[in-house]
Formats: sequence, structure tokens, C-alpha cells
Amino acid sequence: MISNFDYATLQQLWWIICSIVGALFLFLTFVQGGQTILWQVAKTELEKSLVVTSLGRKWKMPFTTLVLFGGALFAAFPKFYATSFGGAYWVWMLILFSFIIQAVSYEYRKKPNNLLGETVYELFLFINGSIGILLIGAAVGTFYTGSNFTLDLYNRVSWDYTLLGINLRGLEAAFSLFNLSLGIFLVFNARILGALYLLNNIDFSLTPHLESRLRKGTWNNFLIALPFLLYVFISILFMKGFSVDGNGIVSLVSSKYLSNLLAMPYLMILLLAGIILVLYGVLSSSFKKSTMGIWFSGFGTIFVGLVVLCLPAFNNTAFYPSKLDLQSSLTIFNASSSMYTLTTMTYVALGIPIVLAYVIYVWKLMDSKKLTAKEVIEEESY
Amino acid sequence: MIDIDLSMVNWARAQFALTAMYHWLFVPLTLGLSFLCAFFESIYVHTKNKQWRAITKFWMTLFGINFAIGVATGIILEFEFGTNWSNYSWIVGDIFGAPLAIEGIFAFFLEATFFAVMFFGWNRVSEKFHLFSTWMVAIGSNLSAVWILVANGWMQNPVGMIFNPDTARFEMDNFAQVVFNPVAVSKFIHTSSSGFLFASLFVLTISCWYLIKDRHIQMAKRSIVVASVFGLLSSSFVVFTGDESAFLVAQKQPMKLAAIEGLYKGRTNAPIIAAGILNSDKKPGDNQDPFLVKVKIPYLLSLLANRTLNSFVPGIDDLVYGNEEQKIESVASKIVKGKAAIKDLEMFKQAQKEKNSSKTEILLASFRKNQEYMGYGYLNKPEEAIPPVAIPYYAFHIMVALGTLFPVIFTVFLFYALKNLLTKKRWLLPIGLISGFLGLLAQQSGWVVAEVGRQPWAINGLLPVKMAATNLAAKNVQITFFMFLVLFTILLIAEITIMLKQISIGPEEGR
Repeated sequence: MISNFDYATLQQLWWIICSIVGALFLFLTFVQGGQTILWQVAKTELEKSLVVTSLGRKWKMPFTTLVLFGGALFAAFPKFYATSFGGAYWVWMLILFSFIIQAVSYEYRKKPNNLLGETVYELFLFINGSIGILLIGAAVGTFYTGSNFTLDLYNRVSWDYTLLGINLRGLEAAFSLFNLSLGIFLVFNARILGALYLLNNIDFSLTPHLESRLRKGTWNNFLIALPFLLYVFISILFMKGFSVDGNGIVSLVSSKYLSNLLAMPYLMILLLAGIILVLYGVLSSSFKKSTMGIWFSGFGTIFVGLVVLCLPAFNNTAFYPSKLDLQSSLTIFNASSSMYTLTTMTYVALGIPIVLAYVIYVWKLMDSKKLTAKEVIEEESY
Repeated sequence: MIDIDLSMVNWARAQFALTAMYHWLFVPLTLGLSFLCAFFESIYVHTKNKQWRAITKFWMTLFGINFAIGVATGIILEFEFGTNWSNYSWIVGDIFGAPLAIEGIFAFFLEATFFAVMFFGWNRVSEKFHLFSTWMVAIGSNLSAVWILVANGWMQNPVGMIFNPDTARFEMDNFAQVVFNPVAVSKFIHTSSSGFLFASLFVLTISCWYLIKDRHIQMAKRSIVVASVFGLLSSSFVVFTGDESAFLVAQKQPMKLAAIEGLYKGRTNAPIIAAGILNSDKKPGDNQDPFLVKVKIPYLLSLLANRTLNSFVPGIDDLVYGNEEQKIESVASKIVKGKAAIKDLEMFKQAQKEKNSSKTEILLASFRKNQEYMGYGYLNKPEEAIPPVAIPYYAFHIMVALGTLFPVIFTVFLFYALKNLLTKKRWLLPIGLISGFLGLLAQQSGWVVAEVGRQPWAINGLLPVKMAATNLAAKNVQITFFMFLVLFTILLIAEITIMLKQISIGPEEGR
């Protein structure tokens, strides 16, 4: 069946696959969100151990998903990979630095003779959850606002945005109000998800104050996230978008993303469903005793993430637009791998459900019992 | 012609070397120690002897400390292809990206999922499922090596692709050829078995330290038995695949072979240099002896390179300046053809832009005649095709010498361990103590041979490194180079101090 897919179908299919991976990553940023609320919600050593151990059992999931997101984009959309990573150099480098320091922090934080001390490793976790996620949001924001690059005949990228004579190589993405708002929203959404995950994962019988702080934190973070979310969505509805005509010519069109949403009603349904689920997860956990909020808000985040990544890519839209030279903009169709590679990778992708199945099985198996204070005191913990 | 900032290229080279070498301090241990943990735990599950559980948990603690920094230093490598080598990413992303994506899907998730069970599942899952998880982490780690070495093998021996002049890049046309590339297969077996070997040496080192200090003697002895068996078996694979690797290098990258052997003038019945000091004044094409001192073994290089004693092995001079008798074309001639191909491609792209189809066809036909030499067209002089000689030469000889020594070490340790004489043969213990450090030296040397010997090519014979880099000011890469240097050095020191403390605490008490 796959061998019968035409090139355009494969290209669109691979954007959807990459978007699903990206959306799953946004859900899994509950780990990063949890890292940033550590100091606020955990006031005793026991509470800290519970929070860090609970998150530590999952830290590799968002990390691995981010690596997979990069790998999938490399394989399916190499021109995007080359243009964005090579062009917006500093945004990606800083994101990567934040993940490098995260990777050692769980394992090293409580180990004796860890050189830097517990607080520094906790600071690393905070940086990863705040600056790392903020910059990822800003990078995604450029799918809507555009970037400052041009491509030559051989698709070599040149980047041109200088401030005080310095070429910022992508850092300017964080100066756009829209990109910044999206980044801040993702940070606070991750904090909401982090609190919801911890509510679901920890046995609070010996730490009731931790539970009440997490429930309060869920609501407070939602209140901070809300104006940024509203600003992002209102902007998306009314901003100019990068439209591609039948000849591949890119032009700026008013309310392009609104028209995309209207042209793709399933995205609108997904968006509404996502927002309702996030809201339900927050409300049921903030004002009731629910511990299932992570699943509602988590799936809600996946749905919203899918819309955010698909909206600027389909319906004849350039997903990685250039503000400097509209015709250098990247579309699903001009940035993808060859038909042969996409076909091969689609066969490979048939293995993804198996991977998802064992991830879910092991997750359920490991989380069937809540993390107790006794466990972190007497057994392995971070 | 495109302007290339060579300063940036060299900084990007240095950064890749730095990050790859740091990463490779930790990865071989992960590859091997994961399996050793699986062996120890299998023995525990089979015997139900609690001491084997303590042994497993002790080595697992060290595995976890090492694993974390391996992951930390690894993430940058994948993305560095995009940030520092974006031209490469575009030109070969169609082929090179696929193994990296497959690595993410199948290997990293296996590791990530079962890692949590391995460390935190002792009382949450059944004993058998825990053992299964430990094995899955070992398999996942090594599966990850498969795919990254498929990618690296393709850089050394590009197969299964065509050049598409419309997009001006290489595109995959045979996935099976890419995956079963003989260089990749040999590289994977050689690299993973050398990882097993190194992990066995690591276990030997720490166990010998305990024996010297008269601590945890039973655990140390048991660990040595398992590590020696594993190390000895791995050593035989390393030797066998090392020979296969050298043969493939001779066939696919003869310049690399000439460099690692310091061979300037090719010859039949070529001897191998067992040991020697290079003459630093030696230049390609001159008549100076490349060696100040040397010990050679007759015929062995011909046998290694072509599997016949009286065959011809080309030297650097033959490969650069040509050898009519042996039908070896000079680099100068290839450069001329390569420049013609580049010019044709440029004119072809221009004609395409102008939608001039008749001109397009003529230019395409002309381009096709010389397209295999296109990479050479980016070289400015023939000598640019020569990699640095001294670095890969010494690295190769260090690697081979140590690779020959390790099976002897394992055999001696296994012999005395089975005779239960380890505590009596105290002279043996310092040898075991330093063996892990020698293993690390061999590991690093191996990658130096592979990557420095590949210069000046990013894709062997097709794309020079200087054409693979991002169009980026050198200062950006300089800054990130030092950021990585400082950060990775701090993390390395932290890893060492933590590990030393855990070793000093020993089994059972460690957390």
C-alpha cells in the first residue's frame, strides 16, 4: 500500500508524523515543567526527593522524543533541518545546552562528591525547564512569524539580522512578542502539566502540604498562561500568513491562518477539543481531588500542539517562511527528502505503534503503584 | 564558486572532534557494561544468590553515572550536523538522516523505557521482567550503535545513492545497500565488540583495585571471571573485524591506509610497519625516508590490504601524483574533471532557471561524464587530498599494539581467577588496574584513525569537509567550542569524582 502513495501524500504524511512527535514532546514537557516548580512546591527534603524521583523516572522520555523529533526532521525534511539548525544557530545551541545540563542532573544531584552541589544541579533543571522550553516556543513561533534567512542556488543558508553589529543567528526570534508569548505559554503549560503529573504519581499520605501546593500551583500557573495563550491565538487568527500559489510563489496574505483553520475544520475541532481538555484537567485538579488531570490536560496539549504545527504547513502555506526573501521560504513540498527516502521511512514508521505499545505498557507497570515516601527513603531514588 | 570560511571549517572540525571524543569516553562503557550488568543479573536470577544481586546493583550504579553523561554529550552530536554542517545536512540528509531517525525510533526509546525499570523497578516489577528490562537496555544501547555506525560507514564508503542534479544533492536509491554496507557492518561489529572489551577492562581495573586494597574480595573475583570471559570473547571479535576493517580501508579508502602505515611509495610485497618513528621533514613526492626508525614485517601489508602476499599496495605519492603502471589516476587529473563537472552543474542550474531545455540536456550530459569527480573539483591542489599522516599513523599503531595486548591480559586473569590464585599473584593486580586506562586510549585512538584518516573528505571522494560546513562566522563556533570544552570538562570531573566515591563506598552501601 505504501508503495502506491504519491510523493505529495508522503510529504504530507511525514509532516503529520513529525507534528505528532512534536506534540508528544509538548505533552512530555511535564518533566521540564515539574523541574521549574520544584523549589516552589517542595519545601522539605522528603518532598524534594519525591518530586525529583517522580520526575526522574521519566526524564529520558522528553529528551528522547526531542532527539527523535530532530532525527525525523533530518530524514524527512533535510532542507528545514539544514536551514533552521544552521541558520538559527544560537537558538538551537542554547536549547541543546539546556538539555545537556538536564541529562546529568537527576543522576548526579544527590550523589556524594558531585563537584557542583545539589543546588547547582537543581538550577540546571530549572534552566532546562524555563529557558529551554521558552526558546523551543520561540523557535516554533517562527513558523508563523518567519525568520531572517535566504537560500542560494545550492540551498546554502545565509542569515541576516544584526543588533549592534552582531548577527544574532536566530536569537532575535525571542524578541518577537508573538514568539515570546508562545514560549512563555509553553513554559507555564509545562508547569501545569508538571503539577498534574506529580498529583497523579505521588502518594501524598505523608506529605499533604505538597499536594495542596501542587493543586494551588496548577491554578496559578493556568492564570499566568491564559493571557499568553489568548494573545497567541488572537494573533494567529488575524496575522498575515505566508501563502504559496500553484507555481510555488510565496506571498503574504491577510488572515492566512484563520482561512487555514476554516479550510481545515478538523483542525478547529482538534483545537477546541484540546483547549477543553486542558481546561478540564486544570479545573478538576485545582478545585476537586482529581488525580487524572494529567491525562486530560496531556491529551489536550497533544491536540493543541498538533494544530500549532499543522496550521502553518498545510493548505498551501510555507511552514518555515523567510522574512528576507519570501521565495526562500520552505514548504512541505520543497523541503522534503526524495520519494524513495520518504517511502522507506514510512515502512520504518510502521514500527512506531510497537514502540508506543511497550512504552505505554512499561509506563503503566511502573506507575501502577504511587511513589511513596518509604520508597524514596529506603530504595533507589534521585 | 562559493566562498568558504576556512577558519570556521577548522573550528567546526575541532568542535566535532572535541564533542565526539568526549562522547566516546562514555559510550564504549555503556555498550559493554550494559551487557555485563545483564550477565551479572542473569546469574543472580539463576542462582538466587544475593551476592550476585549486590554485584549487579554495584555495577549498575556505575553504569547509571556513566550513562547520564553519555546521553548528555550525545545529544549535541546529532544536532551539530545541522548547526555546524548544514550544507552537509542538506546535500546528504536524504540518506544520512534516515539512520539517525531509525536510531531514535527503535534504539533510544528501548533504552529510555527500560532504563527506568532497570534502576527503579526492583520492587515494582517481577524479577524476570526486571532482568528482561536490563537486557533491553543493553540491546537498545547497542542498537543505537548499529544505526549511528551505518551513518558513519556510509560517510567512509558511500553506497546506495545517486546524485540528483535538479536538487544538487545525493539521494538514496537503495536502503538495503546503505544498511548492509560492508564498511558499516564491519564497523559496527568492531566498535561494539571493542566497547565490550573496554567495559571488561573497566571491571578488571576496579576489581583489581579492590583486591589490592583487600576489600570486597569475593565480589572482585567473581566480577573478574565474568569480565575476563566476556573480554576474551570480545577480543577475538575485535581482532577478526580489525583485520576486515583494514582490508575494507585498503579497498575503499587507500589513502587512509597509506597514511596510517606511513606508506609514501607504493610497492608489491609491501611490509607492514610494526613500530617506527616518522620523519617529520618528509613531504609527499620527495625522496626522503618517511621513517627515522622502523621495525617492519615483510609481506604483511600486502596480505592485509589485498589478501595476497605479492600484491601492490599504493602509497601516498601513487595516489596523489598517479601511477600509470598501476593505472592509478592522479589527483590533479581528477581535479580538472571535477572542476569541469562543477562548472557544468552551475550552467545546468542556470539553464534550468532560464527554462532552456535544450541547453539543459546538453549540460546534463556533459556533467554526467565527470560527475564522479565533482568532489575533487573543490580541492585547490593535489596535496589537499592527503590526510594528516602522523596523527592517524601513531593512533593506528597504538590501537593495534593495545588490541594485541588485551587478549593476553584477559587470558592471564581468567587463568589465575579459575585457579583461585588472584590474591596470591599480587604482581598481576597493577596490570589489571591500569588496563582500563589503556582500553580508553585504544578506544580514542580507533576513532582518531577513522576520522582523521578520512580527511579531507566528509563523504569519501565526494564531498570535502570544507564544502560541508554552515555559512557561519567562525566566532560563533569558537564561542560554542569553548562552551562545550568548559561544560564537558566540568561534567567529566563531576563524573569521575562521583564514580570514585561510589567505588570507594563499594557494593551494597552505594546509592
